[in-house]
Amino acid sequence: MTASRRARSASSAEPDRPTGVGRRGFLGWVLAAPTLVVGAPAAGALLGGEAADAAILSPPEPSDLYDLTDVLTDATLPTSLLVKVGVQADGTVTYVLPRAEVGQGLTTAVAMIIADEMDVPLEQVKVTLSDARPELLFNQLTGGSNSVHSLYRPLRTVAAIARNRLIAAAAAQWDVSTDQLTTSEGVVRGPNGRSATYGSLSAAAAAETTTRVNVALKPATALSLIGSAQSRIDALDAVTGRKKFTMDLQVTNALPTMVHRAPRINAKVASVENLAAVRAMPGVTHVGVISSGVAVRARTFGQCIDAVRALQVTWTGGTVNGQSDATVLARLKKAEIPLVVPKVPLLTKTVEGKFTFYFRSNSPLETNCAIADVRADSAEIWASLKAPQVAQATIAENLKLPLHQVKVHVTQGGGSFGRHLFGDFAYEAAEASKLFGKPVKLMWHRTDDFRHGRTHPMCTSRIRATVLAGEVLTYEQRHTGVATDFTHVVGDILSSMAVKLPGGDLTVAEAVFTLTQNVPYNYGLTDQLLSEVFQYTDFHTGSMRNIYSPDVATARELITDQLAKAVHKDPFTFRKAFVKDARMRAVLTKLGSVGLWGRAMPAGTAQGIALHSEYKSRVGALVEIDCRPETINREVNDGFAGPRVTKVVIVVDVGVTVNSRGLEAQMQGGAMDGIATALTSSLHLENGIFKEGSWDNYYYTRQWNVPPEVQVVIMPNTTTTPGGAGELAAGVTMAAVACAYGRATGTMPTEFPINHNQPLGFTPLPLVPPIPQSPTDGLANAF
Amino acid sequence: MPTHTFVLNGEQVSVDVEDDVRLLWVLRDLLGVTGPKYGCGIEVCRACTSHINGKAFNPCSVQVKDIRSSDEVTTIEGLPATVGAELHPMQEAWLELDVAQCGYCQPGQIMAAVALVRRAKAANQSITDADLDGIRNICRCGTYHRLRAAVELGAARM
Repeated sequence: MTASRRARSASSAEPDRPTGVGRRGFLGWVLAAPTLVVGAPAAGALLGGEAADAAILSPPEPSDLYDLTDVLTDATLPTSLLVKVGVQADGTVTYVLPRAEVGQGLTTAVAMIIADEMDVPLEQVKVTLSDARPELLFNQLTGGSNSVHSLYRPLRTVAAIARNRLIAAAAAQWDVSTDQLTTSEGVVRGPNGRSATYGSLSAAAAAETTTRVNVALKPATALSLIGSAQSRIDALDAVTGRKKFTMDLQVTNALPTMVHRAPRINAKVASVENLAAVRAMPGVTHVGVISSGVAVRARTFGQCIDAVRALQVTWTGGTVNGQSDATVLARLKKAEIPLVVPKVPLLTKTVEGKFTFYFRSNSPLETNCAIADVRADSAEIWASLKAPQVAQATIAENLKLPLHQVKVHVTQGGGSFGRHLFGDFAYEAAEASKLFGKPVKLMWHRTDDFRHGRTHPMCTSRIRATVLAGEVLTYEQRHTGVATDFTHVVGDILSSMAVKLPGGDLTVAEAVFTLTQNVPYNYGLTDQLLSEVFQYTDFHTGSMRNIYSPDVATARELITDQLAKAVHKDPFTFRKAFVKDARMRAVLTKLGSVGLWGRAMPAGTAQGIALHSEYKSRVGALVEIDCRPETINREVNDGFAGPRVTKVVIVVDVGVTVNSRGLEAQMQGGAMDGIATALTSSLHLENGIFKEGSWDNYYYTRQWNVPPEVQVVIMPNTTTTPGGAGELAAGVTMAAVACAYGRATGTMPTEFPINHNQPLGFTPLPLVPPIPQSPTDGLANAF
Repeated sequence: MPTHTFVLNGEQVSVDVEDDVRLLWVLRDLLGVTGPKYGCGIEVCRACTSHINGKAFNPCSVQVKDIRSSDEVTTIEGLPATVGAELHPMQEAWLELDVAQCGYCQPGQIMAAVALVRRAKAANQSITDADLDGIRNICRCGTYHRLRAAVELGAARM
């Protein structure tokens, strides 16, 4: 399986082409309803290349011309009329968002977009999450950093139509022409101090029959909320404990439910030795075998934990029995597609590197969970799902119910990072509820979440580049990974839109690789290929705040530093000479000045710099790291210290910034992910299961590893449509940390995280029983 | 089934449940107080951090039988009342700096921060970088930078 990304000739390129917002009309509909309801189709694809203007020009790669963002955006076209905004009689503007909110700030961003175009106060816009709606097809996927990009224009179109209708309604009532009217703060104002709230005009502005409407959007200069810094619309709920996550919902008779899981991945229950005894335990109401293990339902989760621990289960099968880090690595190395040394002139220097990236957990702080109430002829599900229509279809099929009899409510998610693209936990809850004939509130234990949850697949990246007379002639990268599961809706989208994919007959994984990966430098003949080992069903895999980019970029940026060395240039100066487009060059320049590139630093500490281009955005990171022994060996209780990143500067250009405060938050969070995956966070595979079972084993960034200095610089708008932001900072920070580590220690790191093969810093929790008992000494530890 | 009585957010509560059930589940599953979150059940992630008699603790690791009837348990829901206001100064600081992302860890973060500052103030000390480094609460969204700033801002107002 290989994905070819052959360089191809291309005509002249330009930056992301403006969509013409403000210059031409956009189409929408006023829908027949008692109060005003407006709908609009989604944004079209932007087909435009990148300016290539330095060094030996690299022809645009496929993802420069048409990338994953375009595929996902085009996929929303046929159904997005169903994106609707309503004006209630009390003036509230309602929008039922067909996306998930998992902390990325999407509900705040879309409320800002509507409020700005419509001239209503932000707090008057109420955004709720849509149930699964099968008729929305692909337009109900949250992923690929695509949401703001794909919703930006349709939401503005709908809001503009709504505003015009309200103005027209007021003009008719007051018998004046519309050009005498203005709007602000949810009010239409006319001559002689007349005014009417949107709420009071909504019925008059409503349509009796669905009407097609053309509308012009506000010019960029008239936008005031878009681009400003706003706090999250759910911030108050979050700090008061009022924000409701799935397990906080009170669904009648949905009792706590947990699953006893296997000591190896994907093993099945052969027999349970003590079912009757466990059924008789305090609080326990039901115990039964489901496809992933033995489910237990009880009055409290504490009693579920007791019952799970008491169960004696014999297992059979397993998909990766006996596998360990070493055996998987051997298989990856065997599957690497050979590098092809292109014909290069004599005296050409070769720069090479081989890198290994171990398994990582994409677990959010909220573990996998779902509520299910399955009846004889219907089912109702509550879960945080990024592709709820896929969950709905799967559950309907599993339960042998018609689709319309399965209701799937999308709840607020306590993080996702790729996890909620899959609905496994919802399928499990539905299966348990059906088996028990009772509603269940099913939650995974943290230990299971690490050992049986989704992981970023282990992979290797091999690079060979050639240099002659200060120019890079060729750049080859071979990425080899454990197969990534794309059975969520992205896979369907790619299959159904295959005609548009470059290269023709690619697998879904290859297509995603081709659509997302690029080299932001002019490295001559550029060639990046993917191959995979295992089946995607062998390990539980998925993306983790990005799919391939963090690893591909880290390898690429480390080799970029080596190329700079080979031509005796500083990493910053080298990148400046080879960077492909003007947006990226501006990001780099800003990064150098804000981050004080090149400042004198003590031995054992260093700066690192990295660039990345994805989702129609540009991003750069400059970090400083301290690798001195006194820092690495600092005392941390029950945790991993290691090198400390002391400063992170992120410079980002997302084309159009919607909420600068939210964008800054996404950059800050992504940076913490990048530090973790470069230095500390990984899963150790041994005998078909991961050793990590606790946050004190799986070293995600903790306060003792947080840089004292974190700065985010947002570049002025460079396009007319927002690019992606949610995943941008993770990969580029990982790469910059790796580069800084290499420069501080004098040795290029080749294994990630860098501590993976150091002696294990913890004692693994037992595999049997599968989850640990809660301690009882909490009062002694009160502070 | 034994009855357990304690003071929860200023009110006396009684609940019939086995002695060994951890307080977190008594709060969440039986009393419907869902501010304290589950994130590990083994006193590691600190998402359930609440207060007992003014000190921070993790109810996931305390058996309900170990809570005395006079013990005052405060969850995020009861924090504002401890200062007789709509919001505690630490919550105000959180809002001002827009700390939360997904928000799942934030009740625990705020309760831990309040206890940390109380302890520092009792010792007549200010919050140091070492104090901030020592906060064990996980934030998987990675809003650590704003968390640090908010603890200092909240401390200045407490």
